[in-house]
Amino acid sequence: MSRLGYMMLRRLLWVLPVAFGVVTLTFFMARVFNGDPTELYAPPEATDALRAQIRARLGLADPLPVQYVHYLGNLVHFDFGVSFNTGQSVAADLSDRLPATLELGFVGLALGIAIGIPAGVLAAVNRERWPDFALRGFTLSGMALPQFWIGLVLIWIFFVSLHWLPGPVGRLPIGVALPPKVTGFLLIDSLLAGRPDLWGLALRQLALPAITLGISTAAPIARVTRAAMVEAMQSDYIRTAVAMGHGPRAIWFRYSLRNALLPVVTLIGGIAGHIFAGAVLLESIFAWPGLGQYALQAIERSDFAALQGFVIYASLLYVLAFLAVDLVYMLVDPRIRA
Amino acid sequence: MRAAAVSDALLEIENYSGAFRNEDGGLVPVLHQVSYRLKTGKITAVVGETGSGKSLTALSVLGIQPPTFVRSSGRILFRSVDLLTLDARGLRAIRGSEISMVFQDARAALNPVFTVGRQLADVHRLHHGGSQRAAMKRAVEALSRVSIPEPERRARQYPHEYSGGMAQRAMIAMAALICQPSLLILDEPTTGLDVTIQSDIMELIVELTRSRGLTTCLITHDLGVVAETCDEVVVMNAGRVVETGSAEAIFTRPADPYTQRLLSASQMLEAA
Repeated sequence: MSRLGYMMLRRLLWVLPVAFGVVTLTFFMARVFNGDPTELYAPPEATDALRAQIRARLGLADPLPVQYVHYLGNLVHFDFGVSFNTGQSVAADLSDRLPATLELGFVGLALGIAIGIPAGVLAAVNRERWPDFALRGFTLSGMALPQFWIGLVLIWIFFVSLHWLPGPVGRLPIGVALPPKVTGFLLIDSLLAGRPDLWGLALRQLALPAITLGISTAAPIARVTRAAMVEAMQSDYIRTAVAMGHGPRAIWFRYSLRNALLPVVTLIGGIAGHIFAGAVLLESIFAWPGLGQYALQAIERSDFAALQGFVIYASLLYVLAFLAVDLVYMLVDPRIRA
Repeated sequence: MRAAAVSDALLEIENYSGAFRNEDGGLVPVLHQVSYRLKTGKITAVVGETGSGKSLTALSVLGIQPPTFVRSSGRILFRSVDLLTLDARGLRAIRGSEISMVFQDARAALNPVFTVGRQLADVHRLHHGGSQRAAMKRAVEALSRVSIPEPERRARQYPHEYSGGMAQRAMIAMAALICQPSLLILDEPTTGLDVTIQSDIMELIVELTRSRGLTTCLITHDLGVVAETCDEVVVMNAGRVVETGSAEAIFTRPADPYTQRLLSASQMLEAA
């Protein structure tokens, strides 16, 4: 097998121990901190016998270790259990919601990269001049202000005050039906269904949460890009490039940026893992039917199976994000390819 | 060429002085009235210990001194033009095409994320234009000219796949053959290399200087290297030029006490 294939396989196999660890941790933590969900499902006047019946039906009657072993056994067959809350299998719930999170994540992250990297380069080549100070202000506020706060302010400005964009009611306006599911991404499925009007509606719904995500991810990306660019521009190889007569554009965009991208790629991988595992508060504010919102509801209602299923998904997405980082790294840095 | 008729020096440094600005804004003087000339077609060695200001002066020629250095006086005349008065565009017209430079640690001086061939080809296109393909052909030729074996394969490799000596050969190919300058400055080009590799590199430098009619400035702390290869010597100590003269004069009749100490120290080393 090729070196690359071997490396990817090894990375993917990492999912197993990581998933086992998080599953075990969440299994016990959910039960210790959330206690007994029977109360949520039993009416207040329920008799003890009825409660016991509910507990048995939820699979909570057995001692904890037995529940744990039973749960692990099902996991091996990719059976995440049934959500108390939706009554559907957790696997089906998650794959319903994953595209919403991914669509928002991809667009938001793309915005963050498209803003963050040029801003960082601009600040680095104008070091200690006004673009640098302006960027410092932006990154400081972007990193200090909570994402949900930025989201609320944007809703207030663009929906409440200016009426430019629709309110936070999810992926499509209320009452509008989804296009037939192909990829799960509305921006793609609407076009496949030949419905440009639907595409426009979906884009307008997506705009505010994606911009929120873009702003809060652009800030750290810009900061790391600036630092890495400053470091690259002080390196010996840039001094050589200057001595050979290269102009500033080649120096910045060809010779410095390529080197400066290495730490930026690592950072983006971390951010991507975080985003694709569901931006919990962001999805709640925008009523975005993604993984984050699902996880929040699962926590609120002690929906153990749903919560654990989410955690496994999240850890898988994290590992995939870092696998993508490794691949991009190999494209950018020949020292790793060797 | 007319300037050369007026003076036999290609580059003249006159009363170059300056200081480093430290963090509290104070100035620490490091260069004091540095003056020396690089005669056209000759190899001039600038010798001195680390911190004597020899590299700093040379970097100033190309305007690539550290940003914390502040000049207080002096001129650097290249073909009778004061390089210190040039703007960014004027400097770029000189860099590479007229004056080119080789640095100490060649593996660090080459960009780690581009192939060596690509870096040479980029510089070729910058100064001579033409297609990427033609430039890559020139790059391979230049690598072959500095005796790098299998130049086609080597051109496709990255700096980390080169040994220090090979990387320095590639760097010399870039600075001397691709750029085709009239003045080549080499800043400690053999420091950190094995002794046998050092002499190979020095041989290459001398051979290229002679065959291509270069004017060469060799910055070094190694007097052994100087005696064998150089025509003229400039001795620097603590930011001052203490003695200049032909290599023969400096080695047989050193006038300055510092030069005498430097010479006796290097002879003791050789005897040991």
